[in-house]
Amino acid sequence: MDITGRKLFVKALQEEGVDTIFAYPGGMVTDIVDELYKQDSIHVVLPRHEQALVHEAEGYARATGKVGVCLVTSGPGATNTITGIADAHYDSIPLVIFTGQVPQNLIGNDAFQEVDIVGMTRSITKYGVTVRDRKDLGRIIKMAFYIAQTGKPGPVLIDIPKDIQTQAGPAVYPERVDIRGYKPNETVHIGQLKKAYKLLKQAKQPLILAGGGVNISGAGELLTAFAEKMRVPVVTTVMGKGAIPTDHPLYVGNSGMHGRYAANKAVSECDVLFSVGTRFNDRITGDLNEFAPKAKIVHLDIDAASISRNVVVDVPVVSDACIALERLVEWAEPKNTDKWIGRIAAWEEENPLEMRRDKGLSPQMIMETINTTFPQGIVVTDVGQHQMWATQYITMPRGKQMITSGGLGTMGFGFPAAIGAKLGAPDKDVVCITGDGGMQMNMQEMATAICEKTPLTICILNNYYLGMVRQMQQLFYGKRYEITCLRRNVDCPDNCKGPNAACPPYVPDFVAWAQSYGAHGVRVTTEEEAREALQQAKERTDAPTVIEFMIATEELVLPMVKSGNPMSEMILK
Amino acid sequence: MEMKNRWIALYVENQVGVLAKVSGLFSGKSYNLQSLTVGTTEHEDVSRMTICVMSDDITFEQIKKQLNCMVEVIKVIDLTNVPLHMKEILFAKIKGLDGAGKEEVFRIAQVFNINNGNVKIADIGEDSVLLECTLTEHRNNDLIALLKKQFKGRVEIVRGGAVAVEAISTSCR
Repeated sequence: MDITGRKLFVKALQEEGVDTIFAYPGGMVTDIVDELYKQDSIHVVLPRHEQALVHEAEGYARATGKVGVCLVTSGPGATNTITGIADAHYDSIPLVIFTGQVPQNLIGNDAFQEVDIVGMTRSITKYGVTVRDRKDLGRIIKMAFYIAQTGKPGPVLIDIPKDIQTQAGPAVYPERVDIRGYKPNETVHIGQLKKAYKLLKQAKQPLILAGGGVNISGAGELLTAFAEKMRVPVVTTVMGKGAIPTDHPLYVGNSGMHGRYAANKAVSECDVLFSVGTRFNDRITGDLNEFAPKAKIVHLDIDAASISRNVVVDVPVVSDACIALERLVEWAEPKNTDKWIGRIAAWEEENPLEMRRDKGLSPQMIMETINTTFPQGIVVTDVGQHQMWATQYITMPRGKQMITSGGLGTMGFGFPAAIGAKLGAPDKDVVCITGDGGMQMNMQEMATAICEKTPLTICILNNYYLGMVRQMQQLFYGKRYEITCLRRNVDCPDNCKGPNAACPPYVPDFVAWAQSYGAHGVRVTTEEEAREALQQAKERTDAPTVIEFMIATEELVLPMVKSGNPMSEMILK
Repeated sequence: MEMKNRWIALYVENQVGVLAKVSGLFSGKSYNLQSLTVGTTEHEDVSRMTICVMSDDITFEQIKKQLNCMVEVIKVIDLTNVPLHMKEILFAKIKGLDGAGKEEVFRIAQVFNINNGNVKIADIGEDSVLLECTLTEHRNNDLIALLKKQFKGRVEIVRGGAVAVEAISTSCR
C-alpha cells in the first residue's frame, strides 16, 4: 500500500534508529512536523535559531557517534543552516540535513521562501540533492544516512519539495543502497603500510602526529598501543587532542600555531613524521617550506584527496585509522628512542607551557580547576583565545572527550554544541568553555537548554574583548583595538589604546541574563570562587549554570606562531 | 613546475546539478579550466565529460582526487598520456570580404583540409564566408590565429570545446 512522503520520512528515521531530531518549523515542513507529532520514538528538539540547530546536531553527533539529524524549512530556515553545515564539513561530522522546499511547480519562480539550497551548499556538503520524484524518496534518505557516516564522515543535505511530502508513493524504505560512484575505502594497502612502518622503524628521531581522524575513527587506544610498543613520542593537532591520554609519558603536546614549544620543536627536528588522520592544515604547518624540514613524512588518511595536497609526503597510505593501526600494532617492535625522548624533555624544560599567576584569575588556573572538578565527561569549546587555552591546558584521560570547531573556527559553536552533546550523552558531565564574544553569537539557545532541562556548566572567560583578534592587534597592529572591544560605545574616544578608568560597563550582565532564563548565574574573580562555582554547577541537575570568569583584559595565548611563519619561530613571551 | 594542458574523461551520473558541481569545483578551488564538454553516453543515465585543465603535476593529481571524491562521479580517466582521437567543432564566420578575400579564405580552408577533409564551407553570402571545422583543438587554435591575423576585426568564432575518446588500439589491449 502506498503512503505519503511525510509518513515515509518518519518511517525512514525510525528504521535508521534516529532517537533525536533537531527541528525548526516553517511553511514548507509543516506536513513533516505534523507527522512528528503523531509518533513518540523520536525526540524532537526545538532550538531557537537554525545555525545553532546544526551546531546542536554536531554536538550530538560527536557525543554519540551517530548521525545528527536536522529539519528546517525552506528559504531562510535553509540559509541559516549554512554556517553549521560548513562547520560539519570541515570537521567531518556526520549530519543529515532535511530542508523543506517550495512545491516543484513553484521552483524557479522566486516563490515565497524559495532558495536553491542544494546549489548554495554544493561545496560544503558531501552530497546534496533535491528529491524530484516521490518514488525516489526512500532511496535518497537511505543514501543520505549511508554517505554521511561512511568513509570520511560529513554533512548530506536532502531538499524535499512540499508536493513530495504529501504525495503518495512506495512505502518501502530500502535496507541497503548501492551507489556506483561512492565506494568508501574499507581496506588498507599492505605494501604501502609496510613501507610506512619500515620508515618509522629505521628512524632515529621518530614522531607520531595524531589528527582528528584518529578520534573520529575511535583509534585512540590503538594509536597509544602502537606508540607504546615502539616507544615513539606523540604530538597532536587541536582536533587530535585526546587521541593519546595527555598524561601519557610519550605525549608531548599540541603542535601548530599555538602548540607547545617542545611539540613544535619536535616536529621541526624529527627525522620521520608519522601522521595519522590530519590534513596538514596551515595552522599545523605554518610556512610549508619550513615544515618538518628534516623529516620523511608518512601520511595515513582515509581521504585520498588530503594526501600530498599541502605537504608533499614520502609514503602515502589511504586508510581508516583503525584498520591501519590494527596492523601496525601487530608489527610493532620496540625501538630505542631514549636519546630523542630526552631531547624533547629538555625542550619542554626549556620552555614549559605555563602562564603567569600574578595577574588574578589566569586562564591556566581556570582550566586546571575545570580539570579537577571535571576529570571526565565532555568539554566543548567555542572559538577564540579560550579555545586555545582549553586545547593547551585541559587534561584528557582516556574516555574524556573534547568537542571544538577546528576547521571552520565557528564562533557561536560552543554553547549549542554543548547542548547537543548533553542531549546525546545525558549521563556525562558537559562543560562548555566559551568567551564573552562567542557566547553572544548564539545566546538565544539558553531557551533550548532550559526547555530541554540540560544541566550544563557554561564557563565564560570574559576579558571584555574579542581576544584572538585583539591579541593580533596587540602584537602586530600597535594596540589599535578597532572593533574588538566589547565595552566600547559611541562616547568612547576614537584613538583608544586599551582599558582605562573611563571605560563604560560591560554589556550584557551575563549573570542577570542567565537568571532571566531561569538558569543559574555566578561571577567569579578568584581561584577559590572558581572552584566553588564549578563544584556547585556540577552538582546541579535542574538547569544550566553560567559561570563568568573575569580574566585579565590583555592576556595572550602563547606560544604563538605568526600566520605563515615557520613553526620554529614561536613567540614565547 | 610545468604548467600544461591535461585531459580528463569523466563519467558522471546524468542528473540535475552534476555539471554545476563539477564546474563549481574548478572555480571554488581556483583550478584553471580550459574547456569542458558534456553529453550522454550509450547509457542514458550516464554522461561523459571531456575536461581540459591547465595545471602543474601536483594540482592535476589533486583535481583527479577531488573529482573522485564526488558521489556523482562514476569514473575519472586521465587522458594525458593516452592515444586519443580528439576533435573540436568550430564555426568561423569571416565578414567584409571582397572577391580576393574570399579566395584567400578558400585557400586557407583548403590547406587546413589537406589531411582529412575536416574544414568545409558551410555557408556563403555576398561578402562573408562561414567555415565549419572539425579539427583538433590545437589545429583550431592555429586556424583562428591565422584568420584573425589575415582578417583583423572581421572574424566571428564559435567553438564547441573538445571531445575525446581513447584510440581503439588502446581500448583493445
